Amino acid sequence: MARDDTSLDQETFDRVLAEEVAKGADRRVAEGRARAAALRAARAKSGEGPAATPATAPAAGDGGAPQPAAAPAAAAPAAAAPSTAAPAGGAAPAAVGVAAPAAAVAATLTAPERQAPAPTGNVPEPKRGAPEKHRLLALVPPEGIQRVEREQGDRINVWPHLLIEEFVAMMLVLGALTIFSTFVNAPLRELANPNLTPNPSKAPWYFLGLQELLRYFHPMVAGVLFAPTLVLLALAVAPFVDRNPSTKPGDRKIAITLFTMLLMFGAVLTIIGSFFRGTGYNWVWPWAQGVFFEL
Amino acid sequence: MAKLKLPTPGEALDRVRDTEVWRSIFRPGSIFRRGYRDTSRDRALATMNNVLYHLHPVKMKRHGLKLTYTFCLGGLSFFLFILLTITGIYLMFFYRPAAELGSAAAYTDMQNIRTSVFFGDLVRNLHRWGAHLMVFSVTLHMARVFYTGSYKPPREFNWVVGVLLLFLTLGLSFTGYLLPWDQLAVWAVTVGTSLAGYSPLIAKQANFLLLGGVIVGPDTLLRWYVLHVLALPFVLVIFLSVHFWRIRKDGGISGPL
Repeated sequence: MARDDTSLDQETFDRVLAEEVAKGADRRVAEGRARAAALRAARAKSGEGPAATPATAPAAGDGGAPQPAAAPAAAAPAAAAPSTAAPAGGAAPAAVGVAAPAAAVAATLTAPERQAPAPTGNVPEPKRGAPEKHRLLALVPPEGIQRVEREQGDRINVWPHLLIEEFVAMMLVLGALTIFSTFVNAPLRELANPNLTPNPSKAPWYFLGLQELLRYFHPMVAGVLFAPTLVLLALAVAPFVDRNPSTKPGDRKIAITLFTMLLMFGAVLTIIGSFFRGTGYNWVWPWAQGVFFEL
Repeated sequence: MAKLKLPTPGEALDRVRDTEVWRSIFRPGSIFRRGYRDTSRDRALATMNNVLYHLHPVKMKRHGLKLTYTFCLGGLSFFLFILLTITGIYLMFFYRPAAELGSAAAYTDMQNIRTSVFFGDLVRNLHRWGAHLMVFSVTLHMARVFYTGSYKPPREFNWVVGVLLLFLTLGLSFTGYLLPWDQLAVWAVTVGTSLAGYSPLIAKQANFLLLGGVIVGPDTLLRWYVLHVLALPFVLVIFLSVHFWRIRKDGGISGPL
C-alpha cells in the first residue's frame, strides 16, 4: 500500500496536534507528530498491526536476549541483534556489549528528543584468515558526513509557481520583439566599399562609450589600459575585494556608489557617442542637426 | 442495428493518454499524463522528470518569485540566447560568408533573405533586435546581481563566470555585426577593431589576428562567421552550463535582502 493512499485518522490528528501545541512544540514539529500519530491510528484501525514502536522494543528487553514472539513487531529487531553481534564472537558476551549503549538509549528515551549514542571510535578489525567478503554495511563516522545545514524557510514548488512566471515573462518578451520586428526593419545599407568611408564612422553602440573615451584620452589609456581590461578585471575581482558580508543596501554605500558611478559613466559616454556625435565625429545636438546613429 | 457511439473529445483524449506509447513518452509526474493530481508529490515529479525543468530545483525560496528582485533578467537573457540560436540557424540556411571583390555573396544573400526567403525579413529582424536586446539584458542582469549583493560568498566564482559571459555576449554580438557585409557593418567593425589596435606592444599582432589581415576583408568575414556561429556559442554554452550549475550548488537564488 502506497504511503499516499493511507488516510489519516482525523480525530487523532486534531487531538495530538492540540496536545503538542499546548506543550509548546514548534508548529511544524507538532504537525509532524500529529500526522505520524494519525497515520498509526489509521493503520491500527484498518488492521495492519501495530508497527509503531519497534525502536523501544529492544531497549525494553533489558539488553539481554529478547524473548521471541513477544510481539510481532519486536521480531524484526530481534533477528537483527544477533547478526550484528556475531563478529564479536558468541551471543552471550555480545549481549553484554550491546547492553551499555542500549541502556544509554533507554536513558535518553525518557528525554523528549531522541539522540544517537556517542561514537565509540572502535572500528572492528576483520578476523585473521577470514574470507574477504563485500558487505553492504559500512561504518560512517559522524565527521565523515557532509552536513547540509539549510534553514527550513518558506519554500514553494518550482512547478507551477516559478515556471509559470518564467513562461509569462518569456511570452511577453517574444511578443514584444515579434511586433517590433514586424514593423521596424533592421538596417541594410549598400554593399561594403573599402574605398568609401562613411561619415561619421561609428562602432556598434556597446563600444561607443569606448570610442567616445578615445576623444578625451590618449589611445593607450582609453583603448586598452582603461576601458576593457581595467573595467572587466575590476568587475571580475569585485567579490574578492569587497569583503563586506552584508547584502543590505544600507551597509554597502561605497560599493553601490562606485558601481552606480561606473554604470552612469558608461551610460553617459554611450549616449553621447550615439546621439551627440555627427559628421566628423563632432558634437551635434540631436534635436537640431539630427541623429547620426544606427543599430 | 446498434448505433455507433462516437467518443467525446474528452474520452478520446483519455484513450490516447492511456496508450502505452503515450505513457512511455511522458514520465510519471508529467502534466500531460493521465492521473496528474495537483499534489506536492506530483508537483515535485513534474520538475524532476522533465529534462528542461530539471535545470531548476524542485523547491525554492518563496521570495525568489518576487519580480522586483530578479526582474527575470537572467532567464530572459537565456531565452534570448535560445531565440537567437533558432533564428540564427534559419538564417544560416540562406547565407554564405563569402566577400570576393565585385561579387560579395554575403551581401546578395542578405538581400535575398530580405526579399525572397520565406519570413526571411522577420527572422532577420528578430535576430538583430534580439541580439541588441540580449546585450542590454545581460548588462542589466549584471547590475541587478550587483545591487542585490549576490556576488558575495558563496557566489563569487559564479560572478566571475558571469563577467566572462558578458564578454562572450559582446563578442557574439560584435562578430555578428560584420556578417551583412554592408557599409554599416564593415566600417563599424573597422572602427571597433581599431580600438583593439591601441594595445601596447602587440597592437599589430592583435589586429592581424582579429582581422586575418591588415584591413577588414573576405578573410575577416570567414573568420568572424566561424567565430559567430560555432566557436563563441560553443564556449558560451560551456560557461552557461557552469553558471546554471553553480546557481544551484551555491544554494539557489540569493537574498532576500
